[in-house]
Amino acid sequence: MIEQTADVVVIGGGPAGLAAAISAKQHRANRVIVLDRNQWLGGILPQCIHDGFGVEELGVSMTGPEYAETYIEMAKSQGIMFLTETMVLRFNEALEIIAVNKKGILKLKAKVIILATGCREKTRWYSMIPGTRPSGIYTAGVTQALINLYNIMPGKKVVILGSGDVGLIMARRLKFEGAQVMGVVEFLPYASGLPRNVVQCLDDFDIPLYLNHTITYIAGKERLEKVTIQQVDHTMTPIPGTEKQIACDTLLLSLGLIPENELAKTIGVEIDDHTGGPLVNQRLETTIPGVFACGNCLQVYDTVDMLSFDAKKTGQYAAEYFIRKKAIGQNSKKGLIVHAGVGVRYVVPQRISTYGTIHFTLRVDKPRGATTLLLTAGKKEVLKKKLLGVNPVSMIRIDANISAEIFMAANELEVTLCDN
Amino acid sequence: MKNFQVAIIGGGVIGSALAWELSHYKINVVVFEMGSDVASGTSKANSGVIHSGINSPPSSLKARFCVEGNKMFQSLATELGFPLKWIGKYVIAKDEDEIKELERLKTIGHKNKVAGLEIHDGLIVKKKEPNISCIAGLWVPTAGVITPYECTIALAENATENNVRFLLETKVKYLKKKADYFVIGTNKGEFQADVVVNAAGLNCGEIVSMIETPDFQIFPCRGEYLVLDKTYGSLIQSMVYPIPNKELGVLGVHITPTIDGNILLGPSAEFIDDSYDTSTTKEMMKTLFQEAREIIPALPEDTAINAYAGIRCKLASQKTGGWADYRIEESKRNPGLIYLLGIESPGLTAAPAIAKEVTQMISRRMNLEKKTTIRIQAIRRSRFSEMSLDEQSTLIQRDNRWGRVVCRCEQVTEAEVIDALSNPLNAQAFSSVKYRCRAGMGRCQGGFCTQHIVRIMEQQFHKDVKELKLKSPNSHLFIGNVRREI
Ligand SMILES: Cc1cc2nc3c(=O)[nH]c(=O)nc-3n(C[C@H](O)[C@H](O)[C@H](O)COP(=O)(O)OP(=O)(O)OC[C@H]3O[C@@H](n4cnc5c(N)ncnc54)[C@H](O)[C@@H]3O)c2cc1C
Ligand SMILES: Cc1cc2nc3c(=O)[nH]c(=O)nc-3n(C[C@H](O)[C@H](O)[C@H](O)COP(=O)(O)OP(=O)(O)OC[C@H]3O[C@@H](n4cnc5c(N)ncnc54)[C@H](O)[C@@H]3O)c2cc1C
Repeated sequence: MIEQTADVVVIGGGPAGLAAAISAKQHRANRVIVLDRNQWLGGILPQCIHDGFGVEELGVSMTGPEYAETYIEMAKSQGIMFLTETMVLRFNEALEIIAVNKKGILKLKAKVIILATGCREKTRWYSMIPGTRPSGIYTAGVTQALINLYNIMPGKKVVILGSGDVGLIMARRLKFEGAQVMGVVEFLPYASGLPRNVVQCLDDFDIPLYLNHTITYIAGKERLEKVTIQQVDHTMTPIPGTEKQIACDTLLLSLGLIPENELAKTIGVEIDDHTGGPLVNQRLETTIPGVFACGNCLQVYDTVDMLSFDAKKTGQYAAEYFIRKKAIGQNSKKGLIVHAGVGVRYVVPQRISTYGTIHFTLRVDKPRGATTLLLTAGKKEVLKKKLLGVNPVSMIRIDANISAEIFMAANELEVTLCDN
Repeated sequence: MKNFQVAIIGGGVIGSALAWELSHYKINVVVFEMGSDVASGTSKANSGVIHSGINSPPSSLKARFCVEGNKMFQSLATELGFPLKWIGKYVIAKDEDEIKELERLKTIGHKNKVAGLEIHDGLIVKKKEPNISCIAGLWVPTAGVITPYECTIALAENATENNVRFLLETKVKYLKKKADYFVIGTNKGEFQADVVVNAAGLNCGEIVSMIETPDFQIFPCRGEYLVLDKTYGSLIQSMVYPIPNKELGVLGVHITPTIDGNILLGPSAEFIDDSYDTSTTKEMMKTLFQEAREIIPALPEDTAINAYAGIRCKLASQKTGGWADYRIEESKRNPGLIYLLGIESPGLTAAPAIAKEVTQMISRRMNLEKKTTIRIQAIRRSRFSEMSLDEQSTLIQRDNRWGRVVCRCEQVTEAEVIDALSNPLNAQAFSSVKYRCRAGMGRCQGGFCTQHIVRIMEQQFHKDVKELKLKSPNSHLFIGNVRREI
């Protein structure tokens, strides 16, 4: 058994983990170790060979691997330590981590832990699609990895379920590689990926988008043979008589991402049902003292730029936690409870443990036109902001100042939309 | 033409148990299995329960082989190294009428010599199983759980180590009786055998029709299941069954904790026409949840990670109540041809006992002499995830492939995947890996490990991606490379 100590241990070497590690180091953490179970650093990015990363953050459009490389270089030049092909098996409240790699079992004692474990894709069973269980059914991310990293072509005739960004991007990618893309099926009345991806990946290639549709049956004895698509009503119930069969040998599922928090759950980090990520305070600390979270395991981000921006904050707060003891007593179990009210699906952070300016990220529940975002504590209005139009696919970011008075007086902060 | 003394058609648990039993004798035995691995039919898709014998009428073959088989399982599991847990089961009553049913089952159990049966008051049940709602429960301590495919695989692999030939992806297409032997035609050529055992499960009728007119009909009855995420594994400790459904001749939707810590809901019961139609349906998924909630009211929704279905091989139709006994007999018209018909539940439990019975039948046709040495199961698949840190460290020092986790959900290492692929049956579908080491069985259902396993197959087993299969001969995974490798 190999035993080591560190100031900061980052679990996950994707963009979030890298950004957090760099920032922790810049905020005077000494020994920063990043662990990742992949052979490479950069998490999901090396398989995202399309353009569009870094636009908001760095002002240039890069591919996923290029973006990752920027961070990897930066991290390396700062003396951050990396262990790849190293899987964290568990950790405990004393911040002792057990990990494994080809050298053996590792025991790491950390002063703080940063969770940056990313997310996983929803499978067929997440939406319980009935039918047979043939080969030829893949999640979009797996297909992306197969094609871009492993040079493997899954099939010739493809239907895509779900219009998330990964699905849209893969529609175009498969078309490029000579597959027939029969259509993208989405049960919402709008695409769930970014509008630019709908245009660039579907419209430009004449790939049909079936809105208000879902797949209600999968058929094929050995390899996938066909799927049944069906229109749904506003309650998402399939409408009888609208069934249509599409012959295909491959079904790609782009049903969305689930923050990967299995590790965190095992030691009792509280999870927010709406984000799927740990419940955190404004310093991005989870309900277990000394354990912080960032990236897609905290909440699923739209773009990597915003994710990196927030992850740097996590790195900073984590370093300050043990260097300046500033965050002591700010455990996210105490303080104001942030409540997602009318029109709002979720808000991060979910707790406010001290007063000051707080950075919120949130998503609305459905698309709307002009509306007003309202933050209220008790009966007091904290912030009111007009928004031109909102959509659940675009995360809203907002800063609000919570004064000492409000912090002392109220128990809850409510975030709502009001249409007027 | 290859010559064997005994040919078994079907590598399910019945065929494999028989092959294993026969591997102790000095005869040459072949098993034809049309799937890409053993346990590719009903034997992989059931509840995995080692039944006690409270459900079959006294003096039926089902009761006899179930009770006998139940007693044999512990030594089988120890000898072959597959896990078996005697977690016991409750049959629960919701009202006074149902308590009478518990009494009835207890009486049947007594007649079948099932030990330890007790009727517990609702409060006692609640103490043991706080999530269950009932007014009384019949406690059956001699019921256990196994992983059915692991058991079948262990039987088949050890039989192979003792010189039984398993021919996978080999479908029996015709059968001819010659003077004192049979000719068996397959997609891999013709074979010859003195005795042929029809252990083809749902296909038993089809096999019979190859050589004579069947005097029976198979009524397929589908049972769907949901597999719940391990997070919910602690909802119950023992199995929990409702009062059996008499109209359909089935046990009803029950809740079963699996060996690996998941929970199964099911099976449903639905008579269907196509005995290959193992699809799952939206309606049943809903029904399963509803019925399971009758047992565990607090069962949360959206907890399933997978769904599957198995098909009961019934000799009685729905109209006649769905219950018929097993038929284990030698053909009168074609002596030497042994039929195993209607081997539905508790067939898994009964398998070792049926194997002994059939061995007896075979011994009347040929001299069965025990081998002096038997190779004990060489393969005891150890699981990284179940080891202590010290054991893990030691193994990694010896072979660093133990230090590379390939399947993150189930924490399966490269060493285990390679071991699974190196099985003596030479079964190399993805499901063969999955059923041997659990890679791909967790909550992401292969999202993470698929590509790693592909790489291992390509690099260490020199497979072309085009050949890779999910689970059956034509279930190809990929059409090839995107670009030619540079
Ligand atoms: C197909 C696709 C297209 C995208 N397109 C764009 C785009 O055009 N523009 C854009 O800005 N963004 C895009 N994104 C989003 C962006 O790539 C992701 O938001 C970002 O990669 C998430 O970063 P992360 O670090 O949180 O997670 P990940 O990149 O998933 O990294 C998490 C890391 O943690 C590791 N890990 C997890 N658990 C453990 C453990 N127990 N032990 C050790 N290591 C562990 C994982 O192996 C992984 O490397 C896209 C994403 C996808 C999937
Ligand atoms: C829903 C359900 C739940 C059950 N639960 C339990 C339980 O909890 N406990 C219990 O004890 N029992 C249970 N059973 C019963 C048990 O699963 C079966 O009795 C047992 O698996 C039957 O095994 P088998 O070998 O006869 O059939 P199978 O497993 O179907 O094997 C037959 C094999 O023959 C092969 N085959 C068919 N035709 C040919 C051909 N022409 N050429 C070559 N190969 C061929 C098939 O591919 C197949 O692999 C359950 C059954 C069902 C359906």
